[in-house]
Amino acid sequence: MAEKLIKNDPLISLKEFTAARIAIGRTGTSIPLKESLEFKLAHAHARDAVYSELDIEGLTNSLQAFNLPVLSLHSQAANRHKYLKRPDLGRQLDETSAELLKDHGTGADIAIIIADGLSATAVNENAFSLLKLLMPMFSNEKLRLGSLCLVRQGRVAIGDEIAVGLRAKLSIVLIGERPGLSSADSMGMYLTYNPRPGLTDESRNCISNIRPEGLSYHLAAGKTFYLVQEALKRKLSGVALKDNAGLLD
Amino acid sequence: MYKFTIRDKVYRFNDLKTLLAKASPYRSGDVLAGICAESYEERVAAQIALADVPLKTFLTEAVIPYESDDVTRLIIDSHNDTAFTYINSLTVGEFRDWLLSDEADCGILKTIEAGITPEMAAAVSKLMRNQDLIAVARKCEVVTRFRNTIGLKGHFSTRLQPNHPTDDPKGIAASIIEGLLYGSGDAVIGINPATDSPSTVLNLLTLIDNLRGRFDIPIQSCVLSHITTTLELANKGAPVDLCFQSIGGTEKANKSFGISLDLLEEAYQATLSLNRGTVGKNVMYFETGQGSELSANAHHGVDQQTCEVRAYAVARKFKPLLVNSVVGFIGPEYLYDGKQITRAALEDHFCGKLLGLPMGVDICYTNHAEADQDDMDNLLTLLGVAGCNFIMGIPGSDDIMLNYQSTSFHDALYLRKVLGLRPAPEFEQWLVKQGIVDEKGGLLPVNSSHKLISGIIT
Repeated sequence: MAEKLIKNDPLISLKEFTAARIAIGRTGTSIPLKESLEFKLAHAHARDAVYSELDIEGLTNSLQAFNLPVLSLHSQAANRHKYLKRPDLGRQLDETSAELLKDHGTGADIAIIIADGLSATAVNENAFSLLKLLMPMFSNEKLRLGSLCLVRQGRVAIGDEIAVGLRAKLSIVLIGERPGLSSADSMGMYLTYNPRPGLTDESRNCISNIRPEGLSYHLAAGKTFYLVQEALKRKLSGVALKDNAGLLD
Repeated sequence: MYKFTIRDKVYRFNDLKTLLAKASPYRSGDVLAGICAESYEERVAAQIALADVPLKTFLTEAVIPYESDDVTRLIIDSHNDTAFTYINSLTVGEFRDWLLSDEADCGILKTIEAGITPEMAAAVSKLMRNQDLIAVARKCEVVTRFRNTIGLKGHFSTRLQPNHPTDDPKGIAASIIEGLLYGSGDAVIGINPATDSPSTVLNLLTLIDNLRGRFDIPIQSCVLSHITTTLELANKGAPVDLCFQSIGGTEKANKSFGISLDLLEEAYQATLSLNRGTVGKNVMYFETGQGSELSANAHHGVDQQTCEVRAYAVARKFKPLLVNSVVGFIGPEYLYDGKQITRAALEDHFCGKLLGLPMGVDICYTNHAEADQDDMDNLLTLLGVAGCNFIMGIPGSDDIMLNYQSTSFHDALYLRKVLGLRPAPEFEQWLVKQGIVDEKGGLLPVNSSHKLISGIIT
């Protein structure tokens, strides 16, 4: 009975082209129960990702591979609840972290900052894999890197304060994005030239959705490296710096 | 100075900006900004005081100084005194009662819209219950045209939003075909690109344009890149139907979006000059959302709902085809839960319609907000009753690129069914011709040999 109620979906053949929820069928004009429950389960996973925690120990161990100091920092948002309601606190380092940073202001071309953002799961799973491709590109160009920074309860703009502390010309913030239903593990990359507190979004370039099922590490590393070179050459980032790689004319 | 006394306690509000903020229904963004009423009583005291403020006051007391903000200058300089005549003797409270009266019908509301400033609309909305916001908005009719006609009473449209995390053309095409077969896309087929690269944007524009041409679909397309990218492509003769931009309600907020009023004007003229509309010349598509000014630290102490309505003054200047309040996208620090999102959406829809804008709402939430699909069902139904021009249509309501939940193709069909609403007339005719819906608007079974499906596979 229930089987017959559900209209067979003629679009099944299109499913191979996208992870979007196409070809889910209908009963009347409504979504069939099986799909409705799958959606609820995905929402539950996303909610859980929001409350996941940065794996400081695991990341610190992996990052040893790059022979750079690794710092563990914390924003002024003491916990997840504060973090969600007070974005301003997530953009500033707490006192201990600001103090710790003082010993690392040796100057660098690039500061790399890894923050939990809205899904620690995303950076736990993707940050190291991207850096493994990016770091050799940087060293081939003889670019100098600052101490690697891990930040708990951090937002994108906390990278500005950190980059100033490291005296870096440019910052790359790898951060967990708002989890989607089919992507609780999506990582974003924000690049800022001449980072300093007070900047807003138009000063940054963003590459979104970095994860195996989204933008691959290979493509993300290529785009990031292109943006880094252009930003350093043209001494700017943000809306004035377009990703023109691949434009034919 | 405004004040009201309750049981010997005198509530003082230093200026109009403070009064508006304190009178605003509770939401987390105003708390974050530190401008929210400090008690339930203070909020109602502010609302009672606000009710007695003459509408005329809004023409002389700006919430952000004329000298320091170009949106204020736009609001004041474009105010139409003749249109204002009908309501110029009213207070904010009297305005609320008049809006709900039978005298204020669709025709009269249309004649006064150019006399209403954003701050007047925001003020009166703060005195209204959700029911009032729905009842008045339902009386307004805002019709716009490009290749079809959107906003007619009894009609309800959708933006087909076929986003893909890597902008893969086949993946996007698959979602477009699915949407069309569910009767979605009459407001626009609008793609949010994953990156702002001009070559990607051009590819996507060409993809939709080819599909539209091949099946002769009376719709418009848009790739929601930054306006500088669209302008560059329009100047090179790319197939740009609509020019998109996110806008805010203060000069500083717009600067944070990388735009100015001059840049908007330049892009508006460039898009108009392409002359691609067949039944009308509304070529702009704007998105807004409460909290974006605070998010950019550009709110000047003005509450987030008033800031939002000021953005509508910017939109109004360019005669848009579509204005979309992306209400729940911004997150819980601005709109915490389903209740706040619902209230904000009804305010935005009402204020936009009152100012004469073709309002749609992205009925949505993010996964860090205290909301779920039940909240969206409620809001969807309320907005349908309120006469909202359009909502989003997304496969299974899950946007796999922007990582948030909105409304599905199925949701739009639910609303059309329970409220007896029809798509844009030109699009409905096309749907019938394609065998997608019957003459009564009912969805027909489609088999896999339908030419729209075989078209993408081959």
